[in-house]
Amino acid sequence: MSGGPDNGAAAPGGRAGRRGARWLVLAIPYLWLLVFFLVPFFIVLKISLSMTALAMPPYVPVFDLAKGIDNVVAGIRQFTTDNYVWLIEDALYVRAYLSSLWIAAVSTFLLLVVGYPIAYGMARAPRRWQAMLVMMVILPFWTSFLIRVYAWIGILKKEGLLNQMLLALGVIDDPLTILNTNTAVYIGIVYSYLPFMVLPLYAALERMDDTLLEAAADLGCPPVQAFWKITFPLSMPGVIAGCFLVFIPVTGEFVIPDLLGGSETLMIGKTLWAEFFANRDWPVSSAVAVVLLVILVVPIVLFQNQEAKRAEREGR
Amino acid sequence: MKPIVAVAAIALATFPASVAVGADHVVHVYNWSDYVGEGVLEDFTKQTGIQVVYDVYDSNEVLETKLLAGGSGYDVVVPSATNFARMIAAGVFQKVDKSKIPNLANMWDAIQQRLATYDPGNEYAVNYMWGTTAIGYNEGKILERMPDAPVDSWDMIFKPEVVSKFRDCGVHLLDSPDDILPAALNYLGLNPDSKDPADIEKAGALVASIAPNVQKFHSSEYINALANGDICLAVGYSGDVLQARDRADEADNNVTVVYSIPKEGALMWFDSFGIPADAPNPEAAHAFINFMQDAEIAARNSNYVYYANGNKASQPLLDEEVIGDPAIYPDEATLQKLFTTTPNDPQTQRVITRAWTRVKTGG
Repeated sequence: MSGGPDNGAAAPGGRAGRRGARWLVLAIPYLWLLVFFLVPFFIVLKISLSMTALAMPPYVPVFDLAKGIDNVVAGIRQFTTDNYVWLIEDALYVRAYLSSLWIAAVSTFLLLVVGYPIAYGMARAPRRWQAMLVMMVILPFWTSFLIRVYAWIGILKKEGLLNQMLLALGVIDDPLTILNTNTAVYIGIVYSYLPFMVLPLYAALERMDDTLLEAAADLGCPPVQAFWKITFPLSMPGVIAGCFLVFIPVTGEFVIPDLLGGSETLMIGKTLWAEFFANRDWPVSSAVAVVLLVILVVPIVLFQNQEAKRAEREGR
Repeated sequence: MKPIVAVAAIALATFPASVAVGADHVVHVYNWSDYVGEGVLEDFTKQTGIQVVYDVYDSNEVLETKLLAGGSGYDVVVPSATNFARMIAAGVFQKVDKSKIPNLANMWDAIQQRLATYDPGNEYAVNYMWGTTAIGYNEGKILERMPDAPVDSWDMIFKPEVVSKFRDCGVHLLDSPDDILPAALNYLGLNPDSKDPADIEKAGALVASIAPNVQKFHSSEYINALANGDICLAVGYSGDVLQARDRADEADNNVTVVYSIPKEGALMWFDSFGIPADAPNPEAAHAFINFMQDAEIAARNSNYVYYANGNKASQPLLDEEVIGDPAIYPDEATLQKLFTTTPNDPQTQRVITRAWTRVKTGG
């Protein structure tokens, strides 16, 4: 928290009141963060340092504040880092993290390739259409995410729409196996996360000053070169925002790999689910979650820095 | 053991809280989806005046996690036996008060004895339905690829040169080491209930050797996939495969699903009623279990869901297509070949978990 510029000044009553109000406004997001992020995080952290047990809940130690502070202290003495050691010892987890990061990186690239032309087209469209185009990008959210992913099962499966269509058109002779492969996972991710890529790109492109391109053309710059020299660099904030907005949630994605992926799909979200539900190993799954958070903090901090720098530049 | 189905929504919609009733006149039941006969819950309310709040799940994992977290608010739940045994040890359940369930006299001793491996003395669990874990297949597609396919044997799954013939049309295995590893152990001629890490490793290696032919490890998707003809071979729960068979028949899509209990034997499973230790209304829970063990009600349930029940007295009332179907009620010789497993201690569980993870990830 940063102090106000008027720190230490002997403030008259009115000013102190305003300052109090400002602190109150600031306190709300911090309180929110404390209650809905930090407290749950410390609970997860605590479980990750516990040991699995055949009990309710399935780990020890369990803190019972009613039994006094001694109970908590004794519990803290029992904390163990075994679960983290386990994550390193078993190659599965490292592979699952790396595989998730890889799938997220490839998906982000694909989303950028698919999303950029869409956003570009939207930004170049006549003004009066633009609100409607933005609306159309958001429209899929009106249907439940789960149902939309389920729908892809119907499209991609062996006897599904896509294969039927390709067979009818004579493009293929045998139905393609797409469902339950990584290809299906990529299709699902690109489809589901497209709006998160398109909207920030559109926001950046829409703000661009067209006269720059006119000037480039006047000076003899061909359109393709003008795109790479002017449009793309100016849309960089949108590219970065879009990439982070999709990369971070895709890394921990569970629903899409579970429904569309197959035995070859290894993602940390699925591993975490299996540890928590199938193996009932809450401590290890909590450790998986903590490590995932630490891994994702890196891109999140990078993103924050980028945003802060941009705000500074634009603020001046 | 049933998938997510629309029936869940229908079941919930059928029991609106139309009458304001006190808390002691409500029983909260958490059951597998699509798992009771038509009108049975309404009849319970008519007879006892107790409202049923009915909620459904589609996997033991979700149920067990909720119960282990505590304070689930349910009065009656229906886990499978291995999960049941583990939860008894964890202190999730209260003992059933047998004096409040006179219909326990209807129970089938053959099932009670087997269930006692999980719940010694039948103190906590009252069996609802039971079945086997074996092979479901698409008859047309299998015979087309291999006219002399050994459909009555685990060779179908565990012999690489056989199962690889079906790789192209889709093979699913349950994502459940507790179901698949005992079958592999049994196939290898080892004790299906072995806790020896060396045996478990061998079983894991066997499953890993055929894993490249497996399109997906999943515990419910195969029902739809078999019924629609999207896959041609699956290891699954009897009732689920039979449900796929019926759906394919109804859809009239030229898909014939067959359920086969291999000659080497198969694992039995038991879904049983239990009352959580923190159940808000144990009285109503006992009344509910007693009602469900009424011979006529048990028969109505089995005739509707096509599962064998643990209620001997209901057998004369069963439809011929239920009691006469060896896939549902296996004959005596097959019954002798069926095996059960006992719960694993945490160390063994970890060995199993590791072996299974290696199977699934090719590690």
